[in-house]
Amino acid sequence: MSTTEEAFDSNESVVGVLASLQKGPALETTPSVEEEIAEVTGHLAEQQEELVIEPKRGWIPIDFRELWRYRELLFFLVWRDVKVRYKQTVLGIAWAVLVPIFSVTVFTVIFGNFANLKETLPAHLVNAYPVYVYAGLLPWLFFSNAISMGGMSLVSQQQLLTKIYFPRLFVPTATVSGSLVDMGLSFGVFCALMAIYGVVPAPTILLLPLLVLMVWSASLGIAYTLSALTVSYRDFRFVVPFMVQGWQFLSPVVYPTTIVPERYRLIYALNPLAGIIEGFRSCIFGTEVPWQMIGVSAVSTAALLVFGMFYFRKTERRFADIA
Amino acid sequence: MTKPIITVENLGKAYRLGLREEKYPTFRDALVGAAKAPFKRFQHLSGGGNQDDLFWALKDVSFEVQPGEVVGIIGRNGAGKSTLLKVLSRITDPTAGRAVLRGRVASLLEVGTGFHPELSGRENIYLNGSILGMKKVEIDRKFDEIVAFAEVEKFLDTPVKRYSSGMYVRLAFAVAAHLEPEILIVDEVLAVGDAQFQKKCLGKMQEVAQGQGRTVLFVSHNMAAVQRLCKYAILLADGQVRHIGETGVVVDDYLHLRSAGALQSLESRTDRYGSGNVRCVDAWVESGRRDKATSLMVGQPACFCFAFDGDVSPLNFRFTIYNAGQEPLAAFSTDTPCELDDLLENTKQKILQCNIDSMCLSPGRYSLNIQLDSRGSVVDRVEGAFEFEVAPGVVGGRDVQQNRYSAVILPHRWSNTTSRVSAPLSVGASNE
Repeated sequence: MSTTEEAFDSNESVVGVLASLQKGPALETTPSVEEEIAEVTGHLAEQQEELVIEPKRGWIPIDFRELWRYRELLFFLVWRDVKVRYKQTVLGIAWAVLVPIFSVTVFTVIFGNFANLKETLPAHLVNAYPVYVYAGLLPWLFFSNAISMGGMSLVSQQQLLTKIYFPRLFVPTATVSGSLVDMGLSFGVFCALMAIYGVVPAPTILLLPLLVLMVWSASLGIAYTLSALTVSYRDFRFVVPFMVQGWQFLSPVVYPTTIVPERYRLIYALNPLAGIIEGFRSCIFGTEVPWQMIGVSAVSTAALLVFGMFYFRKTERRFADIA
Repeated sequence: MTKPIITVENLGKAYRLGLREEKYPTFRDALVGAAKAPFKRFQHLSGGGNQDDLFWALKDVSFEVQPGEVVGIIGRNGAGKSTLLKVLSRITDPTAGRAVLRGRVASLLEVGTGFHPELSGRENIYLNGSILGMKKVEIDRKFDEIVAFAEVEKFLDTPVKRYSSGMYVRLAFAVAAHLEPEILIVDEVLAVGDAQFQKKCLGKMQEVAQGQGRTVLFVSHNMAAVQRLCKYAILLADGQVRHIGETGVVVDDYLHLRSAGALQSLESRTDRYGSGNVRCVDAWVESGRRDKATSLMVGQPACFCFAFDGDVSPLNFRFTIYNAGQEPLAAFSTDTPCELDDLLENTKQKILQCNIDSMCLSPGRYSLNIQLDSRGSVVDRVEGAFEFEVAPGVVGGRDVQQNRYSAVILPHRWSNTTSRVSAPLSVGASNE
């Protein structure tokens, strides 16, 4: 016993400092602050809830109430992703516009002229090939960006996962949603391009928000799955770029759907991007809206989203241990 | 009595240990092994594998906390303190048992979680605040207070990556300190920042705990802070609750536990980390006399001796001296230029000695952490490997007694002069 007492003696200086601290004015709270606190704690007591922490197994339901309670955090995370994306670049947010312009130029020159895909277009659009390509690139670039960044989102923010609790679904959601801002900007450029080529948008353009919702949902579904997989298996870091590349060829980005034989088209539409891109084009150019394809793509989009969410929830509880 | 605000029942958390490396006797076996490895790793990564690899970081932990209590959680490194906090703050799920928290919880396991270096101070206050669970209106309301506490008014619109580390920590703590949860879970945040700011943080924590009637769980190695802040304490050892009670009693027990560990012979200690290819099997101090003293004297020569078994090269050895409050005081390492080419020359009994001409730690009780590294990975690490005492003595002709205001004894002499130009100093390490 004597040794412990002795041991503490050497520590008394710290305690002394602390004791003086307690008397210090820094610790006084003004009455108004106290009132405010009482008010806040009273308020909290009203909505007091019990939080039960238990081992969870199997598939875990999605807690939408919690997601709603944390909605402000989602907003801040999206806002951060948007703000940070082009920090310390010379051209800044202009990149959101330049990337699609570069792609359109490359595609127009290579596929439009050399590969002569131009000729496969409806007659009145042949000369507006860049506009046609751009209409497909809008959803495609969003999608490819969203899934490659969304897939890495958890791994790149693992310090958040291991240090604090919040609904983890928000991490990929924020990254994917941040890309919507880019798409909005490049849509502005698209409008300019349409004006230059004298393409008059059809009234069906009002369907666009619906298609944006679809491409957003599809990206979320994939991003949830990929980000959860990447946490456990870092192999996906290498797989995703190839996946994106392959997916591009499976989607009507540089070619029109008409080159796919009619009877395979609904199977083709199981790729959500097929219906979405076709939908984008037809509702902008006023060609016949391929409702069947869009319908099939909508179903597979919903399936992807639901699967992604639940797979994410299932693996979520292990994130902090393996991240 | 009201309902406890925190109830923990038989809480347990198991981790899977890493894959053991296998040795292959033949080239063919190695090839087969390489081909099988991905499957094995897949099984491992997906959480399969056998039960033997499980390590229980927490086991059967039960306790209750009443509203408004401030409870310290103490224990050696690896006792499960951080795991407990992680489970209670929902970062990781428990493997067994359950815990019920009745109130809004905020946890502070790290200062500045979610800070983004590219964003300005202002932006980070909002981002970090919302990550910690504050509402935007709440942050708006407290914004000025936070800025004032952090003393960063002038740099609000500068990206935090240009902040000095002190400013960064101040800002981060300021945000956290203005949380208004009913339950606050804090891990070692006082280990950061300069001394003055640490004081400010302690003050703030005290205000939070006592002034505002909040429940706080506080993990620390700083016994002084724990005794100061907490009425009750929980001592964890090997993932289990060893003692719950009044802080003073529990801290005593903790110190006993540590000494008990230190009294156990180093060779039989099992609470060690690292590959174990070389182990430190004995450690002692020698004063002038050649015997295993556990006591040194201020101002006298001291020699720290370590005996090893096993063979690995290259090796790097280091040890750190801690005072009774678990604050590190002095570190010694052989990777700073060392007089020896080979730490453990091929002698049968491998003993490494570190000689100090004059002991300049103030009288008191100290403990030692030791660590052996080889090429960046830990070979052997023991915390609290042994304890020794420094007895009062004489330095430079002066009597040195235990003094709470002095952690080290610096040889010195006084002089007076009429000129402002100071007299040339010639302090030799004269012991007599």
